[in-house]
Amino acid sequence: MALDSKIPAGPLAEKWTTHKGEIPLVSPANKRLMDVIVVGTGLAGSSAAASLAEMGYNVKAFCFQDSPRRAHSIAAQGGINAAKNYQNDGDSVHRLFYDTIKGGDYRSREANVHRLAEVSKNIIDQCVAQGVPFARDYGGLLDNRSFGGVQVSRTFYAKGQTGQQLLLGAYSALNRQIAKGRVKMYARHEMQELVKVDGKARGIIAKNLVTGEFERHSAHAVLLCTGGYGNVFFLSTNAMGSNVTAAWKAHRKGAHVANPCFTQIHPTCIPVSGENQSKLTLMSESLRNDGRIWVPAKKEDALAIRAGKLHPTDLKEEDRDYYLERRYPAFGNLVPRDVASRAAKERCDEGYGVNKTGEAVYLDFAAAFMRFGREESHVKGLTNPSDAEIKALGEKVVEGKYGNLFQMYEKITASNPYKEPMMIYPAVHYTMGGLWVDYNLMTSIPGCFALGEANFSDHGANRLGASALMQGLADGYFVAPYTVGEFLSNDIRTGTISTDSKEFEEAEMICRDRTDKFINVNGTKSVDFFHKRLGKIMWNEVGMARNKEGLEQAIEDIQALREEFYNNVRVLGSAKGMNPELDKAGRVADFLELGELMAKDALERNESCGGHFRMEYRSEEGEALRDDKNFTFVSAWEYTGVPSEAKLHKENLVFDNVELKTRSYK
Amino acid sequence: MDLTLKIWRQAGPEAKGEMKTYPISGVEDDMSFLEMLDFLNEELIENGVEPVVFDHDCREGICGMCSLFINGEAHGPGRKVTTCQLHMREFSSGDTIYIEPFRAKAFPVIKDLMVDRTSFDRIQRAGGYISVNTSGNTIDANSIPVRKNDADRAFDAATCIGCGACVATCKNSSAMLFVSAKVSQFSLLPQGQPEARDRVLSMVNQMDLEGFGNCTNTGACEVECPKGISLENIARMNRDYLFASLSSNK
Repeated sequence: MALDSKIPAGPLAEKWTTHKGEIPLVSPANKRLMDVIVVGTGLAGSSAAASLAEMGYNVKAFCFQDSPRRAHSIAAQGGINAAKNYQNDGDSVHRLFYDTIKGGDYRSREANVHRLAEVSKNIIDQCVAQGVPFARDYGGLLDNRSFGGVQVSRTFYAKGQTGQQLLLGAYSALNRQIAKGRVKMYARHEMQELVKVDGKARGIIAKNLVTGEFERHSAHAVLLCTGGYGNVFFLSTNAMGSNVTAAWKAHRKGAHVANPCFTQIHPTCIPVSGENQSKLTLMSESLRNDGRIWVPAKKEDALAIRAGKLHPTDLKEEDRDYYLERRYPAFGNLVPRDVASRAAKERCDEGYGVNKTGEAVYLDFAAAFMRFGREESHVKGLTNPSDAEIKALGEKVVEGKYGNLFQMYEKITASNPYKEPMMIYPAVHYTMGGLWVDYNLMTSIPGCFALGEANFSDHGANRLGASALMQGLADGYFVAPYTVGEFLSNDIRTGTISTDSKEFEEAEMICRDRTDKFINVNGTKSVDFFHKRLGKIMWNEVGMARNKEGLEQAIEDIQALREEFYNNVRVLGSAKGMNPELDKAGRVADFLELGELMAKDALERNESCGGHFRMEYRSEEGEALRDDKNFTFVSAWEYTGVPSEAKLHKENLVFDNVELKTRSYK
Repeated sequence: MDLTLKIWRQAGPEAKGEMKTYPISGVEDDMSFLEMLDFLNEELIENGVEPVVFDHDCREGICGMCSLFINGEAHGPGRKVTTCQLHMREFSSGDTIYIEPFRAKAFPVIKDLMVDRTSFDRIQRAGGYISVNTSGNTIDANSIPVRKNDADRAFDAATCIGCGACVATCKNSSAMLFVSAKVSQFSLLPQGQPEARDRVLSMVNQMDLEGFGNCTNTGACEVECPKGISLENIARMNRDYLFASLSSNK
């Protein structure tokens, strides 16, 4: 099947308005007869479920957590972008569009990104109307801040908890519809299989995680709003339960996976402390506005620090290497995430890393304390303040800006970042790849849609900060509720989909067989044992820097690990009733297939772009070398049985409105 | 470090539960409390014992999924932390640690340390929202200025993570801190005014229906709240409730 992205004709800036006006409508009377399933209740899922219910569809929403409010969108810290130009710094829809395309290293779809930039403004209006308490200035108007890779202030925020506030806003809209009976909510449920009838997505098999029972749910369309797959690395900033299962089941039923190798490694996370660590914690990118990143300039100093014989604050200025400022003087510490992460890895690989593992760099606020302190002492009219007084004043200012992050850091590491520099290291954070979707956000299975991080379309090979929240809400509030009409308008005569069909029966049998299989292996190693090993393979070979040999090895190793998993995993308890280990086994089984496809995708993409860095394709200075002539396309993979033997479909990316340039931040 | 864990095990909602003892060694300072439980579970699986069930997800103190009553305190020792942010360096080798679920009539145990907090969702559904449909045509976000002080206080109230520590801590199992946080968020903002009276009446009514107790101003909830939600919110809710009761047409 050829890929049809269904991008509307016409000038870029008019595509969405024109298309929206031409999507067939479903009458209110008919909407009441149509069912829509929404899987996942993060920003994309909650907003889509609420909006579709407001429009009149019958919605069934599913989440594996105990409440829709707990989806991992809640953990987003920094903010949400919108082209409001409230700061009058020259921002516009076009500029947001352009920054996103460039930030994504020219591997995203122009039409989708432009639509995203257009609706960004509506998102802020909508959220404020819902009572989302964004930060405001003393005039009572909304405040903005800046993020990496851009030169305007377009980020709206609520301290370091923007994701939480936006999700609670969407959750409140969802609650209003649940109260009206327009949405039926299924918490502690996990989608285990997609059901296709006559080639169309017509329902799901969901497992009730409390009773262990499989339930059949039918609908006229299924929306997957199930987030990203970063947990394939075991250690990531994702929540423990974040998984790829729903998307992977759709993939096995015919939904193509696009650009799975595009993963975002976030530069500022708290370093790994030990073998028993279960997850990594992000320190917001906003810290790079004021913190300076460095490692010792001499290897012997790095060794002494690691051995605990030297203290970082004792190191003289000339013995420090502010490597981002050195390599990228134009953007300095505010280079985009992929660039900052690779630079940290390069220094640590060369032996300049700090902390006991040698895998950490410093994020230092000493200069910021003094800079802010001098400003404050001026404001306060102090004459000849001592350095200690200036520093104390500066610390207060930094506390006001980043207090909660400093506190979080101290709690996790037991080290006081006001006294000594923070230690940070890159960690897996977000996945740009995902289910392939057309302009209407429909996957290659008719009637199956993918929204938010679960799809691939807007961020190319690298996502800019504060754009994930924007995309989740754009898809859920303003895109999918309209575009599903194009599919559903053909279904007004279909009537309720029965769950007593052979398709539902077969899908349920697959689920039962799978869970029985896990229980019956009765091996010797826990699920986590396999997940951690998969994570190590992924991090070492399919992580920040990849090469042909490593990727080929990874495919072999993952296949071997998968076989071992099915022969030696130990899942105690029974398939009946609650069994979180069993649920985890199902998720890890899917990661064990996805990882192989990611390695395959990385192997086939013989260029470096955004988060995908192939060591064979770099300039003499070590910068990424893109190959526009041969790789300006989306890799969409069709499932064939063995993940690394998936069939490749190419969607060529056409850039009519921007010129492809080398991304330079020097 | 070596520890003795006393953990509540309960097979299901109707089953009889009991405290079971698990000695554990090799716990490291840098582990979070939940990583210590992961470590225990790995050992239990190896020994053929069913692992301990507990709720958790984000492990960075924001989703509100983790709970646990540790040594008689919701989210354990330490202030303004959730269980996932509690680290083992707070304990010493040789300690005995008691781990129980959050207990309240409105939070029935599902299994072991996992409880059912859907009563919180039902309270939110009773009015924890502003009735505005999704539309590209809501008024411009900057057309309603909000005093910074009000916006900041609304934000502080809105940071509640819905974990239920307040209920577990309260001698009356009251959910007043939780409910008042949502009522206050909207009560402090101009957008929340049109529905303010119905909201407070309806949410408080649902809270009572769920079987939560009343507030007797002990203030333990505020102390144990991982997000530091202020008791001031309860006072505000009481005031709004009284005002609404006297002036509502309902």
